[in-house]
Amino acid sequence: MTRQMTGAKMVVQSLKDQGVDTVFGYPGGAVLPIYDEIFQQNGIRHYLVRHEQGAVHAAEGYARATGKPGVVLVTSGPGATNAVTGLTDALMDSIPIVVLTGQVPTFMIGSDAFQEADTVGITRPCTKHNWLVKDTDTLSGVLHEAFHVATTGRPGPVLVDIPKDVQFATGTYTEKAKAKVSHYQPQVKGDMETITQLVEAIETAERPIFYTGGGVINSGPGASQLLRELVDATGIPITSTLMGLGCYPASGKNWLGMLGMHGLYEANLAMHGCDLMINVGARFDDRITGRLDAFSPKSRKAHIDIDPSSINKVIRVDMPIIGDVGHVLEDVLKVWKARGRKVNKEAIQKWWQQIEQWRAVDCLKYKPSAKAIRPQHALDRLEQLTKGRDRYITTEVGQHQMWAAQYLGFEDPNRWMTSGGLGTMGYGTPASIGVQVAHPDALVINVAGEASWLMNMQEMGTAVQYRLPVKQFILNNERLGMVRQWQELLHGERYSHSWSEALPDFVKLAEAFGCKGILCQDPADLDDAIMEMLDYDGPVIFDCLVEKHENCFPMIPSGEPHNKMLLGEASTKDAIGSKGAVMV
Amino acid sequence: MSPLNIKKGSTKHSAYNLRPTFSDVQETHTLAVLVDNEPGVLARVIGLFSGRGYNIDSLTVAEVDHTGHTSRITIVTTGTPQVIEQIKAQLGRIVPVHEVHDLTVEGGSVERELALIKVEGSGDKRVEALRLADIFRAQVVDSTLESFVFQITGTPEKVDAFVDLMRPLGLVEVARTGVAALSRGV
Repeated sequence: MTRQMTGAKMVVQSLKDQGVDTVFGYPGGAVLPIYDEIFQQNGIRHYLVRHEQGAVHAAEGYARATGKPGVVLVTSGPGATNAVTGLTDALMDSIPIVVLTGQVPTFMIGSDAFQEADTVGITRPCTKHNWLVKDTDTLSGVLHEAFHVATTGRPGPVLVDIPKDVQFATGTYTEKAKAKVSHYQPQVKGDMETITQLVEAIETAERPIFYTGGGVINSGPGASQLLRELVDATGIPITSTLMGLGCYPASGKNWLGMLGMHGLYEANLAMHGCDLMINVGARFDDRITGRLDAFSPKSRKAHIDIDPSSINKVIRVDMPIIGDVGHVLEDVLKVWKARGRKVNKEAIQKWWQQIEQWRAVDCLKYKPSAKAIRPQHALDRLEQLTKGRDRYITTEVGQHQMWAAQYLGFEDPNRWMTSGGLGTMGYGTPASIGVQVAHPDALVINVAGEASWLMNMQEMGTAVQYRLPVKQFILNNERLGMVRQWQELLHGERYSHSWSEALPDFVKLAEAFGCKGILCQDPADLDDAIMEMLDYDGPVIFDCLVEKHENCFPMIPSGEPHNKMLLGEASTKDAIGSKGAVMV
Repeated sequence: MSPLNIKKGSTKHSAYNLRPTFSDVQETHTLAVLVDNEPGVLARVIGLFSGRGYNIDSLTVAEVDHTGHTSRITIVTTGTPQVIEQIKAQLGRIVPVHEVHDLTVEGGSVERELALIKVEGSGDKRVEALRLADIFRAQVVDSTLESFVFQITGTPEKVDAFVDLMRPLGLVEVARTGVAALSRGV
């Protein structure tokens, strides 16, 4: 039996068949038929955002917090172009989202019609794949394929552009089960020969390290479990990229903390000095590697990645394993156990002693001040006061983001949402909304800087409308902190346009939005103010005035290798010794 | 003084001073890419090359299987071995791409190009052009009292050589198809 229905109805039906119950969107002329269908049903809940960019970031937050694809519905022209930043962000960070855009009727395409834009042309380089549907009969099949592509292999954003006449016309609906999903079936099982090589390397390595990334999170909670089992059983130290935080618990005994440009001293030095690097779902990003010809010069490298194009892209590896992290780790564990669970215990113990020496530098050390709130202190207190709660953290982009990664601990995957690859200021507020929609009873905090936060602050309207109790924790230094830091370190202290002279009163702003505003500037009040934020049942804008000229350390300066770190305050400590002082 | 020991007022700009350590020998490869013949697929391939800064020396595309709706794109590209590997991996990632073959490394290939060459002239030059065309086995496909259009097929090098010879004899215009290539044997 074939089912006939309009294109607009097909959209709603396909979403339901795909198990979608949440859509973020913004209506407009070219999607009115779909909005009319949404009005006449109850299965899908639509969240009205205040800007299309907010819709895409909210969907990203939703996707990261649930592991399910996020869905966005926006109109043609400006609706679609406003979604471009979010699409690029999702592409860089491999987040599965499905964006549906309206388009002018097929017979008007190419005529420069009102709110017409070449949406598939504009979004071709910033989606994993996109489609323009010209025939209602093919619409449902394309939608099912879109979900398949977004969620299979290395996840990513897809876009389906639907002209208005296709939404109005009647066609045949294709069930999900019968939809022709393309030949797109990426390989998930790793090559057993290379996996065995890796296990052999693990058995003999003297200074091994796990370098993990977002691929572990994307592979699902099972992959994190397997990783934990492997790490704990072998006793090998583990570090992670910004995107992979939470794949191994911050309280775990083998945890070194984040690596990279603002990563921990011990993590970066361990990467530099290791003899076996096991890259699990990370991609040797330039913020991780620093100078390439001095990147971990003495190690053999294994790289587990589902995307063949990630292998040998920037760093040549000795053991490339193409496959899904979960599947590959399962095989690694199986082979390692079958071969007798061997590791080079003595050497690894020595390796740990070396790491402990680096750790003794205490690179995140800072002195709380009695006069002004130091941002590290604010995050430290936030961590202490929210630890153990059902907590999700989103961030904007900049110094606060790095401090959040350094000072907050993540015990589980899918608890940390941040714009890593693209570095999108304005990501955090809408993302926090998406997370809160997915987990209505959880504590969702957006750690923000005031400059980033202003970029998508209109989404507070969304939070208030849907009673989403997101906490906006703004570290306000009245500066574009990271830009200011670079100008200080690299551009001769010429602070070109890196501060704002006309910031809003955030407490009044909160009142204007209809939520709660809290101002805190005295370190003595900090704990009480944070508790007030946590106890309030509703959205809060927390304006935390912090030390204005704080720099984010540790830092690998531009174009330098891992062992040339700047340490900030910790560097004054004698413990580094003359050898370490050279490194600073 | 900043913690980097950079004097106030000085400038040190780039965070992207990150040269890869791979071989920098340039190689030319011929790639055959089998794709779904759907709108935008060529734009995806070309966009990949321009977006990631790869070279296209030559590109041809046409539908090769009408019932299966597949097209074959033949790309000649130049880059370091690492870049060539990246190009193949990136092409393989495009959803409507079915297969990527590097004909240069997969046991050799036959490569042919077709060109139409218009030559204007009279007297000795005209006779000489016709004589050379005969040597190169080019055919005359259009003729007036003042001009010829030659059709030549062969390797890109052969076409280059013929075009160079025609230049002093009154070359007016050249149209080339780009390379079509198939692997040798089965």
